[in-house]
Amino acid sequence: MDGIAIRLIELTRQFGSRGKAPRGFDVLAVDHLTLEVPAGIVFGFLGPNGAGKTTTIRLLLGLLEPTDGRCQVLGFDSATQGADVRERCGALLEYSGLYEQLSAEENLEFYGRVYRMPVLDRKARIREILSGIGMWERRNEMVGRWSRGEKQKLAIARALLHRPPLVLLDEPTAGLDVMAAMEVRESLASLAAQQGVTVFLTTHNMAEAEKLCNLVAVIRHGSLVALGHPDTLRMRAGGSRLEIIGRNFTAAALESLRAQPAVVAVEASNGRLLIDLRQDGEAAPLVSLLVEAGAQVEEVRRGKATLEEAFVDLVEEEK
Amino acid sequence: MSTFAWNDIRTVLWKESKSLFKFRENRSRYFTLFLAPMLLGLVFPWTWGPDWVKDFPTMLLAFFTPVLIIGITITDSFAGERERHTLETLLSSRLPDRSILLGKYLFSVVVGWSITLVFLLLSLVMANIAHGHGQILLYTPTVALADLALSFLAATLTAGVGIHISLRAATAQQAAQILMAFLMIPIVALQVGVVLFRDQLNALLPRLNGELILTITLAVMLILDVVAFWLAARRFQRAKLLF
Repeated sequence: MDGIAIRLIELTRQFGSRGKAPRGFDVLAVDHLTLEVPAGIVFGFLGPNGAGKTTTIRLLLGLLEPTDGRCQVLGFDSATQGADVRERCGALLEYSGLYEQLSAEENLEFYGRVYRMPVLDRKARIREILSGIGMWERRNEMVGRWSRGEKQKLAIARALLHRPPLVLLDEPTAGLDVMAAMEVRESLASLAAQQGVTVFLTTHNMAEAEKLCNLVAVIRHGSLVALGHPDTLRMRAGGSRLEIIGRNFTAAALESLRAQPAVVAVEASNGRLLIDLRQDGEAAPLVSLLVEAGAQVEEVRRGKATLEEAFVDLVEEEK
Repeated sequence: MSTFAWNDIRTVLWKESKSLFKFRENRSRYFTLFLAPMLLGLVFPWTWGPDWVKDFPTMLLAFFTPVLIIGITITDSFAGERERHTLETLLSSRLPDRSILLGKYLFSVVVGWSITLVFLLLSLVMANIAHGHGQILLYTPTVALADLALSFLAATLTAGVGIHISLRAATAQQAAQILMAFLMIPIVALQVGVVLFRDQLNALLPRLNGELILTITLAVMLILDVVAFWLAARRFQRAKLLF
């Protein structure tokens, strides 16, 4: 496996070209996507709606055939060795996929049998995993009566039941309240850190990706827009932002700022200046310039944009 | 069949049985699946008289009972799972396509055929109670064999066609409606034929060999069964099921 859990090589999936979509509906869902996911990390796969995230997960699991390119998961080719991939992966897809008329224990029992876990190990693991999410006492309740958050936690537990080395999670915290989402994030982080499980997750929640992921990829229209550590992406998109708080930001001072080669844009509002700098643009000369122009500077912050801002910038750049 | 494959099929059977017997909140399904056939098993022999054990209507009900039952279970098992978004999760597991397909198919056939056999037994008991008058009434060998074979082939045919329709239908309800309509076409055609060609049939029937007609019917059903299952197996492939 050479330390790489997932390797996508020019992976492409088109709907419609081979009669797999309604007539007149031709979409390039994944477009020559190439990336590698190292083993043992939490990998965030970010993108707006319709970017191709769910299709990529389906391709990884061998549930769809690629139109072109290759997709290797844990050393197996998803297209030709899908069964080997699914044997070793846990998955939570777009929907929880729980049998609502069955109890929590029966849902896990079924998937424990599916993964051929020996009876004693299965029973012990179900107890361990249900206790872990605080649901052991409610194991005999019909899942259909549970809240969305409870179902989601159970679905994640199901994906982890057979101790897979790789879990693929499509929006795992969608619809969860703050506390439940935090618990899920904590357990995913500990999975990667303590058990060496590779977690591949898609999310819309940038704060979540920022806290949880060691590496993120941003895709749009099925193509890779950016790949890197969340900090790197933040720096790339918003690392050169300067925020200055103070008074007397005159029009003349702003004009001289805009004339500086290091400055891309200046925005002033209510005693607050936001200055977008070019890469490696220095802050100190700009502050001096303002002070010389009569501005009273109270606070200067070298901008660290949030991942969300970085994401928006990256997606906007691609438009 | 390898041990692994059989274990996988057993796992699917386990899940299907748990799901079927746990729909407490949908009592109308209980009625259709279990109570209605039993009620018919009591009413028909009562009204038909002692000839019930050797007449054509037994065979007709032996055909229709599994059709009605499996029309519900098979569509729920495939279209219903897709509608409830559990099929995709099942497909993302390690279970092979064939095990999922066979597990669901066998479960519906076993349930439909078992209930039909209970229905036939119950109707025999009822015929004896109502019309035995101290004698034991038994199905004639031809009727007994025809009942067993017809009900089994009707069960497998409905399951095979049901899978194929379920994989294309948007909902379980739509699948059940299409399946019923599909299986009713030959019956309606038969009725229309009887009405249109009554005189010719009256002249022809006494000269026909009933057992030969039955054998031909069973042979045709067997061929249709094989074709329906082959089509269902061809269609039930992960890569073809998700869009």
